[in-house]
Order: sequence, then C-alpha cells, then structure tokens
Amino acid sequence: MNRVVRAARLVGVVWYLQLRMFAVSAFEALMQLIWPMIFATSAFLIFRVNGDRELLIFAGLGASAMGIWSAMATAASNLLQEERWSGTLELLVAAPAPLALVLAPVALAMATMGLLSMVVTLLWARFAFGISIPVADISGFLVSILVTIAAMAMLGFLLSVSVIRYRTSWALGNALEFPGWLLGGFFVPLAILPDWVKPLSYVFAPTWGLAGMRDAAAGRSPWLQCAICVALGVAYGVIGLLLSKRLLTSARRNATLSLT
Amino acid sequence: MTSTVEVTDLCRSFKTSTGLLWRSHRTTEAVRDLSFSVERGELFGLLGPNGAGKTTTIKMLITLLLPTSGVARVLGIDVARDPQAVRSRIGYVFGGERGLYERLSAADNLRYFAELYGVSPRSQRTRIAELLELVDLSGREKERVEGFSRGMRQRLHIARGLLHDPEVLFLDEPTIGIDPVGARQLRELVVRLREAGKTILLTTHYMLEADLLCDRIAVIDKGQLLALGTPTELKSSVDIGQVIEVETFGLPQTAIDRIETLDGVRTVTASVRGHLQLLVVQGHPGAEVTGSVLAAVDDQVVHRVLTREPTLEDAYVALVGGS
Repeated sequence: MNRVVRAARLVGVVWYLQLRMFAVSAFEALMQLIWPMIFATSAFLIFRVNGDRELLIFAGLGASAMGIWSAMATAASNLLQEERWSGTLELLVAAPAPLALVLAPVALAMATMGLLSMVVTLLWARFAFGISIPVADISGFLVSILVTIAAMAMLGFLLSVSVIRYRTSWALGNALEFPGWLLGGFFVPLAILPDWVKPLSYVFAPTWGLAGMRDAAAGRSPWLQCAICVALGVAYGVIGLLLSKRLLTSARRNATLSLT
Repeated sequence: MTSTVEVTDLCRSFKTSTGLLWRSHRTTEAVRDLSFSVERGELFGLLGPNGAGKTTTIKMLITLLLPTSGVARVLGIDVARDPQAVRSRIGYVFGGERGLYERLSAADNLRYFAELYGVSPRSQRTRIAELLELVDLSGREKERVEGFSRGMRQRLHIARGLLHDPEVLFLDEPTIGIDPVGARQLRELVVRLREAGKTILLTTHYMLEADLLCDRIAVIDKGQLLALGTPTELKSSVDIGQVIEVETFGLPQTAIDRIETLDGVRTVTASVRGHLQLLVVQGHPGAEVTGSVLAAVDDQVVHRVLTREPTLEDAYVALVGGS
C-alpha cells in the first residue's frame, strides 16, 4: 500500500478510535461541552451590561472559539499523560509507526471535540442569550473555522510532543488555557493588550483564525487571516515533527516514557 | 550464523536528583556489563529478584531505553542505532493490568495496534479473528476491556504482541498476578508459540514456569549475570547437595540459628504455610544432614519430613542468595 495512503489511514483510524473512547464516557464528553459554556455564559452576562449588540457578537464568536482552545490546550496534554499512566505510551513508542502520526490525530480528535463545543456555544448564545451571529460570508466563515481547528490541532500536537519527554509538562497545557483566551483576542481586542504581548498574539494561530471568522461574519475578506493561520499551523506541525524525533531520543535516554 | 538476540557488555544507569535548593544527584547502575545471546527458535528465560535489571534489559532490547554503553542487537540490528527497523520485527508483552485501552473493546484494541504495526487492512479482520481464537477470547471481542479479568487482559496482551507476526517475542512477567488456571493457559500458549518457531525472551519470578518452559536461563542480580545455562545445568552448577523439607509447628528462631551452624548445612530458609512452618535446609554436596537437622528440632512437633533433589528454585536461591 502506498505510504501516503497508509499514513492517512493510520491518522483516520487513530482519530476515530480516540473519539470513540471519548464517546464511551457520556459524562466526560458532556463536561467537554459544558465547561466552555460556563465561561461563555460569564462573558455574555458581562458584555450584556453594556447593551452594545456589536460587542455581544464579538463575544459570541470569541466564546465559541474558546471551547476549541480549551479542548486543545488542556485535553491533548492530559490525554498523553493518561497514556503514560495506563502504560500505553510505551506501546505507542515501541510500535513502528512514526510517533508524530499517532500524536497528530490524537490532537485532531480533541479539536473535533472542540468543534462540537463551538457549535453548542453558538446555540447557547442564540437560544439562551438571544445573540444571533449574522454571517455575511458563509464559505469564508466555515473555512476560517476549519483552518482554526487544524491550526489548533497542530498546536496541541506541539504541546503533546513535550509530554513525551517531560513527565510533568502536561501542566503546561493547563497553564496556557486562560492566557490563550487573551492572546487570541477571544474576549478583548488585541489593540488593548500591552505592546510586549502583541508579538505573542501574532504567532498564536487562533488569533488569525478568529480574526478570519469575525471578518467573514462581517462581510470582509477572511482569506489573508486564513492563510496566516494555515502557515502558522504548518509551522507548528513542522516544529512538532522535528522535535518529536529529538525528544523521543531524549526520552529513551532519560527513561521518561514510563511512570518510573 | 548470528544469534537472534545478542547482548554484549550492556550497561544502563539511571540518574536521579532530589532536593530543591541543594540538589543531590545519585546514579543507579541498573544493568552492568551484561552479555548473553538468544538463538533462533529458542525460549530464553531471564530470572532475577525485583530490581535485578530484567525489565531494564528488555526495555533496551525493544528500543524503549537507550543503553548507557555496550551493544544490543536484535536480528542483527543495533537497537540503539536503528530502532525503527527493530520495532517492526519484534513483539512486546508485559504483565499486569496496564497497557490496554480500557474504554475500547478487545477487537478495537487490536485494530488500533494493527494500524500502528502496519498490518494491511485486507488481512486485519482475519488476523484479529485468528489471534482472538488463539488466545481464547473469541466471542468476547466486542466487550470493553474494562470488564475483563486479569487473565483475559493478559491473553489480549499476547494477541496484541502477535498482530504483525513478529519473529521475536519479548514477554515480561506475563503470568504475574494470574490465577493458576489462567497461568497454565498462558504457559500452554507460550509453548505453542515456541513450537511455531518464535524466538522468545521471557522474564518471570516463577521458577516452575522457567523450569518448564525455558531452553536456557540467565540468572541476573544487581544488573549482573550470575549464571547462564539450561535448567539442568543451573541445578547442577550450584554447590547444593540434598534438600530437606521439614514441616513443623512453632519452631523458635534459636532452633533455626542452631541448624544453620550444623556441619554440612549450606542454607536454611523458614516460611509459614497456613498453620504450618516449612523449613528448607540445603546441604553441601555429599553431606548427610537429615539426622542432625531432626535432632536439632527434636522437642518440636514434626509434621512431615521430605528429602529431595535440588530444584531450579534451590539453585536460584543459592545463586541470588550468595550474590
């Protein structure tokens, strides 16, 4: 079988089985959806005080992207740590398949959960708070969502690579969750962030993805933002790929694949 | 002809650090200058107490750990230099509850690993069905692993390790914690795998298992090789004569100490079995100690006395106890 087809199949099967594992626990799956809704609710209640409809749409889109980011930042890192706890991480490494091709679909599965939470948040905004988000350019909006998810999956992949080498780096994902909301401009415009923070926002792919979504919703062209988001996602993927080889060798040298 | 597994002067140390401000570092030598080889089709046992370095050795051979020094080759391939080439030709099974996706069914677990090992999609279904049949899990494949008993999990582990039909199989304490019937089933399975031509490297704590299964055994302790040979060679290599087992009640420590000092006695071990106390006395070759041992316990109630030839366990105790 062609190597590319085999790799694509591997990615597809790992993605599907990861989602299936999630689906088994209705409670966990539900939490994955409810968690962002709680934060979104807080945001809607705060922004509603102002009475500015534009501001509510801004918050609605930001809140919907928040779910994807939370799923990626925390769940992807934690998932790899769970693999270490359950003894399957060593088996993944001992298999001949390139580790990157296993980690990437794991991150993609988390991003898929994030997409679901995005839809739920949008519905929550619509029916619980009456915030309907008018979308002027549907195709641009959908493409913006997809590239945002793909880029976040690559960022999750990059984070998960570090979990292979460092036993406690899963905590990094948790630590990045809230700063990510600020860096990406989910709730506050980038313009009000301090100047020294802005470069970090610019290399944070969700910033561009979300900007694309907002532009598409408002009828402006989202394509430049989408292109930057894709470029950053590709960069995360390439860095993750290169790091995965180096960090795996380091993990074998420092014996960090197992718990002890 | 090269051996299937070749280990030459293999060493592995672990560095640990403790303390926050004043870090102190410690290096533990887990494997020290270990050398042995396993031939094609052989069932080779690696025996040793906890912390002897058995699992560390296996983890180096299956490419999960890099050796600190020395060379290890599997099927002629250096495990440190070309791990990817080794991985596709070996299988790894470890004992215990871990190492499976609890929320997936047995079939999905195998499907997952079949993909990771590049088993072609066309043959996956047939291969998985064959393996489930082999490990006696047919009909249970749709059940989630979280409901499986330890024995079933272990058999599923073996099926997972065989998915890609590896030439060499590494079994790390596969029968640990399994009930006697389950352990026997697993041993029968291991025999069938050897008969099918697999080269197997097995670690175990159970001497009877090693004696029954292994063609050759390496005994290691503190990371070093203590002895290497067939079970018969190991039994005859150690300086053990007759072994006397005395079942008694409430033998005081002073009596045990007195027996240890008797002429011709090599080692004495005492253990509790139910309401009985079992005293195992190993004599030096040629020494007749039954009379003097019974004289030393004369004021105690003796339930049973048995004289026998040394077993592999006696040889193991003599080797590891004296190291």
